Parts: sequence; structure tokens; C-alpha cells
Amino acid sequence: MAAYLLRRLLGSLLILIGISVVTFVLLYLLPADPARQIAGRSATAATVESIREQLGLNLPFYERYLRYLGGLLQGDLGRSYIQRTEVNTLIASRLPPSLLLMAAGICAELLIGLTVGIVAAVRRRSKLDQSLMVLSFVGVSAPQFVVGILLIYLFAYWLGWFPLGGYGTPQHLVLPALTLGFLGAGWYARMMRSSMLDVLQQDFVRTARAKGLSKARVILRHAVPNALLPIVAMVGIDIGILMSGIVVVESVFGWPGIGQLAWQAIQRVDIPIIMGVTLVAAWAIVLGNLFADILALFIDPRIKLR
Amino acid sequence: MKKWLLASAALFLLSGTAMAPAMAQVKQGGSMTVTYKDDVSTLDPAIGYDWQNWSMIKSLFDSLMDYKPGTTELVPDLAESYEISPDGLTYTFKLRQGVKFHNGRAMTAKDVKYSLERVVNPATQSPGAGFFGAIKGFDAASVGDAKALEGVEAVDDSTLRIVLSRPDATFLHVMALNFSSVVASEEAEKHGADFGKNPVGTGAFKLAEWTLGQRLVFERNPDYYQAGLPRLDQIVFEVGQEPIVALLRLERGEVDIAGDGIPPAKFLEVRNDPKFKDMIIEGSQLHTGYVTMNVKMAPFDNVKVRQAVNMAINKDRIVRIINGRAVPANQPLPPLMPGYDESYQGFPFDPAKAKALLAEAGFADGFETELFVANTDPQPRIAQAIQQDLAEVGIRAQIKSLAQANVIAAGGEADQAPMIWSGGMAWIADFPDPSNFYGPILGCGGAVPGGWNWSWYCNEELDARAVKADSMADPAQAEARIAEWKQIFTAIQDEAPWAPIFNEQRFTIRSDRLDGPDGIFVDPVHIPVHYDYVFAKDAQ
Repeated sequence: MAAYLLRRLLGSLLILIGISVVTFVLLYLLPADPARQIAGRSATAATVESIREQLGLNLPFYERYLRYLGGLLQGDLGRSYIQRTEVNTLIASRLPPSLLLMAAGICAELLIGLTVGIVAAVRRRSKLDQSLMVLSFVGVSAPQFVVGILLIYLFAYWLGWFPLGGYGTPQHLVLPALTLGFLGAGWYARMMRSSMLDVLQQDFVRTARAKGLSKARVILRHAVPNALLPIVAMVGIDIGILMSGIVVVESVFGWPGIGQLAWQAIQRVDIPIIMGVTLVAAWAIVLGNLFADILALFIDPRIKLR
Repeated sequence: MKKWLLASAALFLLSGTAMAPAMAQVKQGGSMTVTYKDDVSTLDPAIGYDWQNWSMIKSLFDSLMDYKPGTTELVPDLAESYEISPDGLTYTFKLRQGVKFHNGRAMTAKDVKYSLERVVNPATQSPGAGFFGAIKGFDAASVGDAKALEGVEAVDDSTLRIVLSRPDATFLHVMALNFSSVVASEEAEKHGADFGKNPVGTGAFKLAEWTLGQRLVFERNPDYYQAGLPRLDQIVFEVGQEPIVALLRLERGEVDIAGDGIPPAKFLEVRNDPKFKDMIIEGSQLHTGYVTMNVKMAPFDNVKVRQAVNMAINKDRIVRIINGRAVPANQPLPPLMPGYDESYQGFPFDPAKAKALLAEAGFADGFETELFVANTDPQPRIAQAIQQDLAEVGIRAQIKSLAQANVIAAGGEADQAPMIWSGGMAWIADFPDPSNFYGPILGCGGAVPGGWNWSWYCNEELDARAVKADSMADPAQAEARIAEWKQIFTAIQDEAPWAPIFNEQRFTIRSDRLDGPDGIFVDPVHIPVHYDYVFAKDAQ
């Protein structure tokens, strides 16, 4: 087990380095010149040159990357071009709200999605099943920006049940979590439904019913745990999708997370922040996948480590 | 013989007497909430240069000069009075007594010297360093060869003398820019690059709290030297709010000013909504939106072609497309700018004449070209309208809609962008003087790689006239100078390197909890709102 973990962690490190190279190259190829941007529109050529030198922008590409990597290994993500604040500070202040939102989003999508999937599978081919599947299709297809604005308009503006965006209390968390989770819920509903249908066909289910166990007990104690296995693997991948979701959802709801930070940085071509957020997101996704794999190990004794 | 600037003292007295009765009636107190979409990038006056933090910095800091609220009229601020030597090269500022920084220390001339040197120091990477080019010693200080600015001298604690290397009629305007704000030297040294998140100045407000990404709180500076200001006790800035959501919250009464204004898509609806009617305030800006034509790329090297483009574009239709948020323009300068020529006719909308001119230039069948535009709404829609107008006279323009930074980069190259629609990028004046509308965007100095003169227009003769006009630093010559600038700009427009389209109006939407002269909500200099003068009705 320890050897497996070590191997996976080393592999993750390599993945992260690879991601940092790719992102660095992509940002390097952008036609926008950071020195000119920082120097602003009223700067003299001498000022632009001096800024370029200070930021090391006139060094050859590999030297710039090695400098950046060196900083990375010391935990220094550099300073924002526009704000001049350390990227570490910016990300650290915004990470907790994002993690909270993602956790709430995962809860929302699992609660809604799994329940819908189970109900739809049990009531297969009924009107309920069909309408739930249509709803889940909407969940998968609807753009999160639109869903978010609609939820704000309906529940916060018209009905006044929730605050109009912002951060701070549990009420602030409900609508963003629902928006974030709606997409995944549609996904999980469909997956859970087909997984449940597979399991319900199995012999052991028929045996359990034949033994005289109630329908509810069979479903909840025997079918669902087995149907959950493929889902658990998906949660790890889901973290990646959630990461891209929070960029939109945080902007709509004014949620002070790293998604909003990334969006603003991209608009202003603030390269240090873009690099920093990309790396932090990549790190979270890699860890999430690792966690999901280990969780699967514990849930299903049939899976063997290789 | 020294020339005493009685004008400055008189102005001060006038503004004092004008303000005094108004101030006597208004009680201080209350709080207001302003929302913004983007987090405030920095509150460091040497670095902050976007429309969001411009007036926030003006509320936290002061400089030697300022403007009467809601106007473009220069008045002394931290300087009680000043005198200019006859040759226009030496400015002696007498500093006001009793001005304290937010940390309690009294301000001295040494702090002003420190602040100016800090901006020019290349290590600060200030976007405003270039404005101080006229100060003696700038060349050495701006590349780091000298730590101090030779021309700036703190004669004693309350007298500052600045010597210029050439007469500069815009110098007092430069002394009113945010970049000239006085910072507390020990705080700037202590925080270094983080001073932007821990600003300490002499302004009407001080920064009480900044939760990154969520909110900033400004609190009244009890030691502020101007009695009665600021009118409010507190301002809360909530950041990260979508403009549409901010509008809903404004309606509910949760916020007082939607800092990003009315989203273009909702403008008409909000304008016609009786709920919002009294909350919207309209004002002019020092802004012109224009189409640049790269004179280095054929066929725009032919003046007839450029004039034809001017006549082909239907500006009234474009103003209608943006729901009337602008007024059509026929010259580079905006109406609010001194030097604007009300009598100038420019090129009327006349597609037939445009076609005739094109035929004269040898393009009876038109030609193909590209029109660059920033990709944020409503700029692409405006570009489409321009494209349609040009197609009517035979010019087939392909639209290249790119991110703002990329369009700016393309404009800074001599051979990339034949036409650029400047919307969303350029040009709002840094200060209310016509020279600011010339140098970077129409002068030879701006026609360099990375420059903002996207039409690459360089008229040596007009350039020489511009330099001469800016050296007319004597206040007695002010009128003659403005008249000269008027002629320079109309001469430029006759050569048509640009097709000026419109001057955008500013619309601020504020709740009826707040009050104050309308002008401060659409202040042309303290963009967007002059926070010091806003007062709360419920505190009265």
C-alpha cells in the first residue's frame, strides 16, 4: 500500500511539472506583452525596457521557466502583474470559499443525482422515470451561467428566500451549490439509473427477494452499495469538472473564490495569477483522483493493487 | 521680477466661499455601499491606473493640486499657493499647514519629494512615470542612475521647489494626477510592494479593512484638513458582484451605487423604468471613440480615402445602436475639453460624396481591408455597423474581434491593423488638457512600436507646433495656448487620420438614499464618483 501511494505521488509530481510546462509555453506564446501592459499607455520606452528587465522577460524561454520552477519549489508563485500582490496571498485568501463551494456542490449533486437515479431505476419506464430523465438531460445541457441567473431571479429576487449573491452565511451557499450541482446531478442521475438497472438484474438481488427481504431493504442495503462503485470513480474526475464550473458560478453569485480570481486574471492577462491558479487546480484534481482511487480500494475488496 | 499667482489665491478663496455655504448646511454622517465586479487591483497611487481605483485613490490620498468637484477647473490642494518663475522653469509650492497622514504624522515637503521620486524610480514600475518627464533629473532617475530627482527640492518643511528642464504648460495638471499623490514615506518603505494593499495618505478617507475579494471599508479621516469633508462616515465597497445582480440589489435598497453602471443590455429597460428614473445621473466624459486608419498601410496613406471613410459612417445610427449613451463626434477632442471647436463642421455623413472621393483616389470599385475591435459587448455590434456603412461605399472590411490586449498589441505594430475601432480601449484623457489627447495618440512620439498612435500619423510640422504650445507655461498665455491647440486639432482632423465617431456619456446609477450635487456622481476627473462629497440623506 505504501509503495503504491509513493508511486502515485511521484507520478502526480511528474504530471504537475508537465502541466506547468504546457501552461507556461501557452502563456509565453500569447501576443500580449506584460511589460507594456504594466507600463501602461503613458510610459516611455525606457520605462518599458526597465520593467521588462526587472521581470526577467528578456531572458530566453528556458531560463524564464527554470526561474519560475525554482520559485515554485520554494513555494513562491510570484507576484501579480496588475496587483503587485503575492499570488500565494491571493490564492490562499480565496481557496477556502472555493473548497466550501465545491464540497457543497458535490453534496448537492450526489444527493440529488443519486436519489433521482435510484427512484428512476426502481420505477423504470414509468412517467416519473421519463420526466426525471428529461430533467436530468436539462441539467446536463443547461449553461451554468443561465441556471445561476435564473435561480437568483426566482428564489432571491422574486421569492426573496435567499440573498442576492455574496458570501458569509449558510443561506448564501444554497443557490451557488445548487447551480454547481445541477450539472453533475443530471450526470449522476443517469449513471446511477443505468448502474442500478444492471445491479437489479443480478442473481443475488433475486435471491434476496426470494429470501423474503422487503423491497426497500433489498434496494438500499444490497443494490445501491453495489451500484455505487462506478460512481465513486467518477467523483475523482468530477473535481476537474467542478473546477471549471466554479469559474462561472463564482462570477454569477459574487462568491470570492479562486474561480473568480482566475476569470479576472484571464481578462487582464495577469500571467502569474493564471499560472498559479492553473497549478493549484491541477494539484487539486490530481489529489482528488488519487483520493477517489483509494476510496474505491476500500469500498470494493475485489479491486487489487497493481 | 517674481510674478505672484494671485490667481491661485483668488481661486482658493472663490472655491472656499462657494463651498462654504453648501458645507455649512450638510451634516456629516452615514454610510454607503458601492459594488464592483472586479476586485480592486491596488490602492497604491503610483501604480493604480484603472477607472475603478482612480477616485478611490483620490479619496485616500491628496496631491499638490486638484480640481473643483464635478469640474475640470484646477485648484491648489495640498499646496496652499504656488508661484511660477518668469521663465516658467521653477515652481515654488507653499504647503498647507496642519495636514496629517492617516497614521498621525504631519506631512512635510520631504514626503512630497519622496513620493515624486518613488513614482519615477524604475523599481516601482509605475505606469505614470512618463508624466514627469519635464522635471530636471528625470532622465537619470527614471533609469535608476540616480535615486533622487535633481529638480525637486524640499526647501523647508512647508516649501517645495521644483525645477523643470523645459517649460511645461501641463505641469500643474500633472501635479493633480494620482501619480503625484503624497504618500507617507515610512509606510511605503515598510510595506514595499504591498503598499497597494496598505495605503497611508492624507486623504478624506482612510482604509479600515480589506478582505481580499470580498469588501473594502473606507472610514472617515477625522484629521482631514478640509472641514466638513468627507460628508460620509464610511463607504463599504463590495467587490465580485455581477453588474446585473448589483442592479437587482440596488432596486432592493441593499446597495447605494452600482459601480459598474448599467449593463448595456439592460440600459433601455432601466432608463424607461419609473423606479429607476430618478436614480440615473448622466454626465459628459473626456472621451472620444474613433476609428483609426493606419497611414502606413495602403490605401489609407491616401488622404482622400481617409476623408471618404469619415463621410461614409453614419454616426447617428451608431449612437442609436448603443441606446443613446453617446453624442456623435466630428473632431478628436471631446466637448468638455478646452480647445474643443464648436464651430468646426468636420466631415458630414455623405455616402455619395464618399464614393466620389474614393473614385478620385482610384478606388471606384472599393477595396478590401480589416477592422479590429475589442470583443466585449457592445464593441462588436458597433464594428458591424461601421462595416455595413463602409460596405455601402464599396469598402469591404473584415471584422477581427479579439481580446482587448491583443488589439492594443496589433495597433502598436506598424503593419498589423489597417483600421481599429477604439471602443473599450481608448481614449479617455488623463487630465483635462488638450495635449493629453495629442502626444500618445496622434503625435510622432506615439507612432512607435508599442505606442498608442494606432494610425501611425506623424506630422512633423504639427508636432513642432504642439511642443511650442506646451511650452507656453505662462498663465497669461493660457487662452492663446488653447486657441493654438484648437487649430492644431482641426488641422489634424482635416487630414483625417481618424474617423471620430462619438463621445461616450457616463451614466451613474445611485439609490435615492444619497445626495450631493449631480456633478460629483459623474465627475470627469474623480472618475467615476467623487466620494468625498456624497452625503447620506438619513444623516441629515
